[in-house]
Amino acid sequence: MAVISRDEIFDKVKDVLENALGADAEDVTMDATLQGDLGAESIDFLDISFKLEQEFDIKIDQGELFPENLMSDDSLVQDGKLTDKAMEILRERLPHVDFSKLETNRQVDQLSEVFTVESLVDFIERKLSA
Amino acid sequence: MRWMWIDAITEFEEGSRLVAVKNLSSSEELFHDHFDGSDGLPPDPVMPGSLVVEGMAQTAGILVGSVNRFREKVVLAKVSSVELTEDAVPGQCIRYEATIERMDEAGASTRGIVSRLDHADGSWTRIGAIDLMFSHLDNNLSGREFPEHNFVFSDNFRQILVSAGLDDYIDD
Repeated sequence: MAVISRDEIFDKVKDVLENALGADAEDVTMDATLQGDLGAESIDFLDISFKLEQEFDIKIDQGELFPENLMSDDSLVQDGKLTDKAMEILRERLPHVDFSKLETNRQVDQLSEVFTVESLVDFIERKLSA
Repeated sequence: MRWMWIDAITEFEEGSRLVAVKNLSSSEELFHDHFDGSDGLPPDPVMPGSLVVEGMAQTAGILVGSVNRFREKVVLAKVSSVELTEDAVPGQCIRYEATIERMDEAGASTRGIVSRLDHADGSWTRIGAIDLMFSHLDNNLSGREFPEHNFVFSDNFRQILVSAGLDDYIDD
């Protein structure tokens, strides 16, 4: 497979997001958050995942790109905050995501803030070089 | 009773493709209201585009449901794109052809073509394309639980499947 540059990955991810979310091209920047800035809803994450699979000819397992069923586990979320165990699991399962923004207050409702366009680009870059 | 917007399944390829038809009759109530001429213009019976989408959603929903033998609760989660280039009107037969594009435990994406039968020569003319996404309810929404009973594929869905000889695909 030909080596694909980070810029090329970004361009393709941008196409996917414009298509899946109806996002305007100028809004899809590296630091844009999928939910807050681009308006993604829960089903859109599956749509994005399917479209990335097609675009890059890869297989993405459920829970590999975005976290799943986190909120229903009491050992992971307590009083609306992510536990140490949750942070550990998230870092291990989703190495393409920068969780440092969450470290100070660990509010679970701010989890969506770490899923940015850049996290998708990082994910694809890791996946293609694996 | 679920409001059905397909009359019959005419073709089925397991796990990949399903075709259903809907005959449009001027006796259907929706054509008396949409549009009834109360706006001063002549009556103009047209099937609402949203119901054409529903017909495709039922066609593609059955296809997606059949993959897991209708054990999963398959619900329409996203209308990804709709393009309807011509109206559907009484006297026509509408054909919905759905194919699965992608599918996993969480859900599926489907592509769909809508066509209309030309009664003069028996040919089909494409009048639209509808792409959809379905969610497997029990595998989503953070583990929230739903009733055991599969309320999605209920009585009249079953009747359509039986008529098409597809009842073997239903796990009770």
